[in-house]
Amino acid sequence: MPSSTVLVTGASRFPGGQLVARLAADSTIDRILAVDTVPPRRDLLRRMGRAEFVRVDLRNPLIAKVISTAKVDTVVHAVLSDYPRDSGEHPVIGTMQLLAACQKSMAVTRLVVTSTGAVYGASALAQAVFTERDEPKGVPASGYVKDAVELEGYVRAFARRREDVDVTVLRFTDILGPRIDTVLSRYFSLPVVPTVLGYDGRMQLVHEQDALAVLERATRERLPGVFNVGGDGVLLVSQAIRRMGRIAIPLPRPVAATLGRLLCSAQLADYSLEHIQFLSFGRVLDTTRLRTEFCFVPRWTTAQAFDDYARGRALAQRCLPGFATGSR
Amino acid sequence: MADLLAFARRRLHGDYRVDEFGFDPDLTDHVLLPLMASLYHSWFRVQTIGIHHVPAEGSALVVANHSGTLPLDALMTAVAVHEAHPAGRHLRMLGADLVFRAPLLGPLARKSGQTLACVPDAERLLTSGELVGVWPEGFKGIGKLYRDRYKLQRFGRGGFVSAALRTQARIIPCAIVGAEEIYPMIGEATPLARLLRIPYFPVTPFFPLLGPLGMIPLPSKWYIEFGEPVRTDAYEPGSAEDPMLVIALTDQIRETIQQTLDRLLTQRGNPFLG
Repeated sequence: MPSSTVLVTGASRFPGGQLVARLAADSTIDRILAVDTVPPRRDLLRRMGRAEFVRVDLRNPLIAKVISTAKVDTVVHAVLSDYPRDSGEHPVIGTMQLLAACQKSMAVTRLVVTSTGAVYGASALAQAVFTERDEPKGVPASGYVKDAVELEGYVRAFARRREDVDVTVLRFTDILGPRIDTVLSRYFSLPVVPTVLGYDGRMQLVHEQDALAVLERATRERLPGVFNVGGDGVLLVSQAIRRMGRIAIPLPRPVAATLGRLLCSAQLADYSLEHIQFLSFGRVLDTTRLRTEFCFVPRWTTAQAFDDYARGRALAQRCLPGFATGSR
Repeated sequence: MADLLAFARRRLHGDYRVDEFGFDPDLTDHVLLPLMASLYHSWFRVQTIGIHHVPAEGSALVVANHSGTLPLDALMTAVAVHEAHPAGRHLRMLGADLVFRAPLLGPLARKSGQTLACVPDAERLLTSGELVGVWPEGFKGIGKLYRDRYKLQRFGRGGFVSAALRTQARIIPCAIVGAEEIYPMIGEATPLARLLRIPYFPVTPFFPLLGPLGMIPLPSKWYIEFGEPVRTDAYEPGSAEDPMLVIALTDQIRETIQQTLDRLLTQRGNPFLG
C-alpha cells in the first residue's frame, strides 16, 4: 500500500476520534492529522497516539494550508452524526471551506463524508423504506437536517468538479451504543420518556462499533458512492421504551412540539421539530448497497444495538452516577 | 391462559418483532385479527368464494372494489385471506395517506400490516414475496353515494398494474358484495368535510342523526369472491413502461371485477339475508 496521509475532521467527537485512534494503531498509514474546534478528552487523546491534533475551525483558511503542506491524500469529514448541535461550529460553512481546500490540493484522492439518514426526512407521506436514489421528503426548513442536505449538495458539487477524487458519502441511521452520546441516547435514558400521542415511529439503529467499522473501511478502501448504513430490523419507539423498562408519557403533538422548542431554546435538551417528526413516523433505510457494493454486514441488529445501549446505561447508572445524566 | 400470559409478557417487555413497514404479526394475530374475525363471522357472515386462487406462497396482488364509507371491506378481505386460506397468509394492504397522518389510526394501520399506497412500498412488498391488497378506486369508491352502489369508479392511474408487471406478481381480481349496505350514504355534508379536512362527510339514514349509535354498521350479508389470477410474468421486462399495456390490463381487471359484482348481485336475494 502506498504511503498515505489522512486528515480527519470532527476528531474530538464520535466517530471521528475513535477512527483516528484506530488509524494511529496502523503502521501502513504514514501520518494522521486530527482536526476539531475543541481538544479531545484526555483518554481519547492518549489513544490517538502518534496522530497530530490540529485545533482549527474549518471556517478558518488555515485548513487549506494544512491540507496542501501535509500533502493529505485522504480526507475524512466527520462533523455530522454525533451529538452535532453543541459543537459551536457551522457545519455547512465549514464544509464549504474544507471542500474548497480539497479542490485546490491535487494530492487529495479520496474524500469520505459522514451524513445522516435524516436527509430523507420523516413523514406520513413518504414511503416506508428509503434507498440511496430517493429524494428527501418533508425535510424541515431549518436546523440540523437542512444542514445535512446542504452539506451533501456541496459534496456532490465537489465530486462533479474533481472527478478524479473518490467520494464516499455514508448516510448513517441513528447511532447507538453504550458509549456514544446522542440525542437518542439522552432521550431514552430520561426517567420518564415523553412520546407523541397517537404516533409510533419506526426506528432503525446502527451500533457504534458497526458505524466505526464502516467509516474505517471507507477510509482504507476505494468505495466511491452513497451508502445507507443501518442495522437489520426495526424497533418501534414504544417498543424501545418498554425494552428499556421506562415509562412513556404520551403528549399531544402540539404540546410535544412546544415543549421541545422550549427545551431547545433553554438549551436543556435537543428535541427539535425533526426529532418529533422522527418519533412520530420514523424512518428505515434500505441497506442492500451496503451489503453488496460496500461488502459490509453489520454485526449488531437494531434490537441488539438497543439492548447493548440499555445494558450499558443500566451499568453506568449503578457504577458511575452522573455519567448517565448526560454530563460528558 | 398460558398463551395470554406469554403474550402479555412479550408486550410488556417489548419482546416482539416488527418489520420495516411497522407490521407487528404478534399483535395482529393475537388481538387485531380475532377482533375482526368476530365481526367477519357473526355480524357480516362473510362467505368466501374462490380462495384457492390466492397462492399459498409467493407474491400476488389482490385488487378489489372499494365501498362502505369506512374501509371495513379491506379489513374483511384481510380476515378472509387469513381465515379461509389454509396457509393463513397476512394481506399487506396499501392505504391512503390520510390514514397514516391520523393519530392512533396511523400506527395501528402500520401494525396491522398496512403501508402507504405508493409505488416503492408496493414493489418492495411484492419483491419480498408478500400478498398485497389494493383498492384502486380509493376515496372515489368508498365515498360514493348509495344510489351509485356496485358501480366501479375510475381505477387510479394504473400504478398497481405497473408495480405488478415490474415485480412479475400475479394480479387477483376480487369482488366484494355487501359492503355497500353497511352505511348507505344518502348524502354528504361537503362544508363539514372541508372543515375537518377529510375527503367526504357521510350522511346515512342513521348518521349523524343517531350520533354514535348511527356508527354501527348494518348487518348485511357479505360475499368475497377471488377471481382467476392474471399472470404478468409472460410479458417481457420493461413492459411496465408501456402505457398501452398498462391501460389495457387495468381495464381488463376492472371489467372482470364489475362482471363478478353483477353476477353476485343477481344471485343474491335480500342484502341482509343473502
